[in-house]
Amino acid sequence: MTAALLDVRDLNAYYGQSHVLHGLNLRVMPGEVVSLLGRNGAGKTTTLKSIMGVLRSRTGSVTFDGADVLRLPSHRIAARGMAWVPEERGILSSLSVRENVELPPARPGGWSAERVYETFPVLRERGQHPGSKLSGGEQQMLAIVRVLRSGPKLLLLDEPSEGLAPVIVQRIGDMVERLSGEGLAVLLVEQNLKFASRLADRHYVFVDGRIVDEVKRDDVQARRDDLVRYLSV
Amino acid sequence: MNTQFLLIQVFNGLVNGAFYALLSLGLAVIFGMLRIVNFMHGALYMLGAFVAFALGQILGLGFWPSLVLAPLLVALLGMALERTLLSRLYGLEPSYNLLLTFGLTLLTQDLVKQVMLSQYAVSSAPYTTPTVLTGVVNLGFVVFPKYRLFVIALALVVCLVTWFVIEKTRVGAIVRASTENPVVTRSLGIDVGKWVTGVFGVGVGLAGLAGVLAAPIYSVEPYMGAELIITTFAVVVIGGMGSILGSIVTGFAVGVLAAVGAAVYPPMANTLVFVLMAVVLLVRPTGLFGLPEGAR
Repeated sequence: MTAALLDVRDLNAYYGQSHVLHGLNLRVMPGEVVSLLGRNGAGKTTTLKSIMGVLRSRTGSVTFDGADVLRLPSHRIAARGMAWVPEERGILSSLSVRENVELPPARPGGWSAERVYETFPVLRERGQHPGSKLSGGEQQMLAIVRVLRSGPKLLLLDEPSEGLAPVIVQRIGDMVERLSGEGLAVLLVEQNLKFASRLADRHYVFVDGRIVDEVKRDDVQARRDDLVRYLSV
Repeated sequence: MNTQFLLIQVFNGLVNGAFYALLSLGLAVIFGMLRIVNFMHGALYMLGAFVAFALGQILGLGFWPSLVLAPLLVALLGMALERTLLSRLYGLEPSYNLLLTFGLTLLTQDLVKQVMLSQYAVSSAPYTTPTVLTGVVNLGFVVFPKYRLFVIALALVVCLVTWFVIEKTRVGAIVRASTENPVVTRSLGIDVGKWVTGVFGVGVGLAGLAGVLAAPIYSVEPYMGAELIITTFAVVVIGGMGSILGSIVTGFAVGVLAAVGAAVYPPMANTLVFVLMAVVLLVRPTGLFGLPEGAR
């Protein structure tokens, strides 16, 4: 059996006084797409931030690619091959589109600027515009390809479908599928069950900062009612 | 009043403006990235002048080597202070920082005063203008001291290079990204903390450079930064906090406006800048080039 790429054990996280994640255990195998499903406020985004080292007040262990990264600052975690696309996308408006694309340090195995522009010609056409002038879908594309420049092994993707038209969501799904086909592992946060079940090999279900269920791709159809119930308000 | 006299005032204003621009540019760069108001800026300007003086006394170095060396030493000191002291206050209330940098200002001033008194038995010392820049230049319509023209030109070049680096280069993109969203920038693999220290060094280095440039015009004196920094803060308020281009344009413009205003109506000489600041605050509280806090 191969070792997990990401192994999170007994993860607890805190915002000030409030305890928001309660002893999470989760794993992502190399090349696997795993989704975190749950309602708003269930702790999915917090989980990604805790793994990436963006949220600092947490306990437990986060092992990534064989090394404990819990104490590392997020730029060092990034250097080890983890990438985070935040929910609000994090496009920098004081940078041009081109500067956004080329901001992360290029690493071996990462996407060259040339590959980015060939895959998304719109990013070349709009290269000189401020990053914030792109449409929502274009910003999401930019946010995803930007982190590929460093050649990550694991992509933490926070609600990529949020607020986007179905046709754009479809394209983003294609993109994630393609990346996963190239061997990139993805930890996906979603509330859109249709989108998540198309992409993910496995789903963890979040309720109130705890993982309460785990559903494999093959069981999604049979357990559809349970999943819908978990997600409905 | 004739045109000749007004033109000379414009030039004098540009000289003052050169110092305002260099200092407020440094403050703007620092504020943008560190979100702190560096109250120590005036003392570091003075330190630039003093280090140039001391390098001359101890090592016999003249103006040109000191023009490079003194700002570098000030920048190094600034970076050491940022690492050891300022960095401990990030995330706390801004008033802590104000107290720290104000305290460091008093400390620096008195230390320099003690050294000047005990080592050289002076409370202020003149600094020789480099020989190539002594004398005047006849511009045809006006005669003006060579050295002062040099100050205007060098300040302009340094300001424009700084602006270019920040707005147009990869280094600048990293600085702008860290300024706008340090969390995301760090997650993209950039060691924001390292850049913060560097940017602070550059900002205070600019103050040191202004100090060396000021030494031949004013004498080297422990409190030379105290008054200048107050006007500079007014310039920063007029231009808008954190705007790079704004701080340069406002620095020169305020220098000229104050000098011409003082010539037209001498009693206003000391207050004009502050009247201007009050008007700007009434009309545009975020400054001429500043963005509303939420729009950053």
